[in-house]
Amino acid sequence: MKRTYLDHIAATPLRAEAREAMLPFLGGTFGNPQSLHAAGREALEALEAARGEVAELIGAPAPEVHFVSGGTEANNFALKGLALGQQSRGRHVVVSAIEHSSVLNSVKALERLGFTSTLVPVDRDGRVDPGDVAKALTKETVLVSVMTANSEVGTVQPVAEIAAVCRSRSVLFHTDAVAAAGNIPLDVKALGVDALSLAGDQFYGPKGTGALFVRKGVRILPLLDGGVQEGGRRGGTENVAGIVGLGKAAALAKAEMAARTEALVPLRDRLLDALPAKVEHVVVTGSRAARLPHHASFCVEFVEGEAMLLFLDMKGVAASSGSACTSKALKASHVLLAMGLDHATAQGSLVFSLIDGSTGADIDTLLEVFPPIVERLRAMSPLYTQYLKERGA
Amino acid sequence: MYSDKVMDHFANPRNVGVLADADGVGQVGNPVCGDMMTFYIKVEDGRLADVKFQTFGCGAAIAVSSMVSEMAKGKTLDEAMAITNELVAEELGGLPKNKMHCSNLGADALHEAIKNYRDKKAGRETAAQAVAHDHEHEDVCACPYCETSLEEEDKTVCRACRVEFEECPACGGITKKGEAVCLHCGKPLGAKDRGTGRGPGQGDA
Repeated sequence: MKRTYLDHIAATPLRAEAREAMLPFLGGTFGNPQSLHAAGREALEALEAARGEVAELIGAPAPEVHFVSGGTEANNFALKGLALGQQSRGRHVVVSAIEHSSVLNSVKALERLGFTSTLVPVDRDGRVDPGDVAKALTKETVLVSVMTANSEVGTVQPVAEIAAVCRSRSVLFHTDAVAAAGNIPLDVKALGVDALSLAGDQFYGPKGTGALFVRKGVRILPLLDGGVQEGGRRGGTENVAGIVGLGKAAALAKAEMAARTEALVPLRDRLLDALPAKVEHVVVTGSRAARLPHHASFCVEFVEGEAMLLFLDMKGVAASSGSACTSKALKASHVLLAMGLDHATAQGSLVFSLIDGSTGADIDTLLEVFPPIVERLRAMSPLYTQYLKERGA
Repeated sequence: MYSDKVMDHFANPRNVGVLADADGVGQVGNPVCGDMMTFYIKVEDGRLADVKFQTFGCGAAIAVSSMVSEMAKGKTLDEAMAITNELVAEELGGLPKNKMHCSNLGADALHEAIKNYRDKKAGRETAAQAVAHDHEHEDVCACPYCETSLEEEDKTVCRACRVEFEECPACGGITKKGEAVCLHCGKPLGAKDRGTGRGPGQGDA
């Protein structure tokens, strides 16, 4: 069966060039970058070249890029390391209501240490109002974290404006750019952020790789205490092969971003228009204007997301959902609820995210297989039966 | 993640539909926890002559409904009342641990339909529909902080992380006591705490 992969937000395929670049470091080039000898120097050179490539992707000086094991570690490192690093000044943090669980649960960990937090709401499109961030700041606030883009609804936040609010109040600002980095242009200087998280698996690099940018002069405590790696901020022998793959993927993303965007946006827009036109009671979630180029998300009323995913999978289509049933905790998406959607609608969450190489034929396939799936599930949905009865009445 | 039997009942559910002239109707669950089931029964000579269902929910919920309907058909009312959630899960070749509550809903919905039939027969006003509506805002399925699933009785506090909850008047979701805004809908919470600032220590509430 032909596979139609529309789940960029879960994982992107590793670029062949990145894999090629990694191979020597899974073979003969095995030195430890901290060693003085030739084998070590080879590894160190590769490590620093990759640091330069990742730095260039986000417009950062190379020494301000710290390699970590992925987006979750980057966010834990930023939230805990920055908050604990400033706690002599205050113990209050501000984050948006739609952050990734690695941010929200880091906040909970900080609360167990005595910090307090404020969640900033979002509007119907999932956008944070910088004015609401300003209102949430207190004399105690030491850190604000608002994501660059949300992977469930695709909305891109006004990061520069929020950063400006924080700067004017001398509060550190971190942005979780895991869903955005490598997919939209980002420049840490233009954005004015103090810290930024990114992950390789969101732009065709290897899983288990990522980086945290921390602006020079900003105090951050390590999450992993250990040796001198990453400037003493992240102990542990470096994942050299992974980092080399991440660097290559970053270089490719930088070089190809405009072309990728140009190819994906028309496909995205076609999907955003065609799906609600083809199936009744389908709403687009997230912002139409400020949106990731590869991201199309919806709520399908009267049906539940996991059931749709299972039927789509039977047709070879891979997608994601934020429904309660697809989460292990059986909890409806905090993102959709924060945007003001009701529980029933949020259960019909569906995310199609394009990858480099997605084609119009992929959209054709989806548009062909999807309507019968919804029809079938609605035929057995008590909510739909109820709706039809009420409409008829 | 699902057994072949679950996938078969999900992809080809038996007895889907509505019985317009049902002798008993039972509805359990709500969209908040992800699943909602309605069972319709037709009773002849003390046996379930026909069983139909409609389900809003995940693969497990649909498979469970289908299996319950198949197990119940032709049984006496007492036999059908003896169908337990464990039996349904067992017949399906097991369910993932976090989906076990779906199997609970299936047998419950069937039992509600039988109770509804018995109430009607005894001339009692049926409570089934009212109960179903009451449950619409019963939304606590898992702790929003540590994701441990919550039992009926501990909706005010999470037994795992010990966070105390308060219910949002706007969306019905639960947020930690003392928070300024609802974790789920962002609306303001707890009037008594509002405007007092958020000094240290409040997080320990």
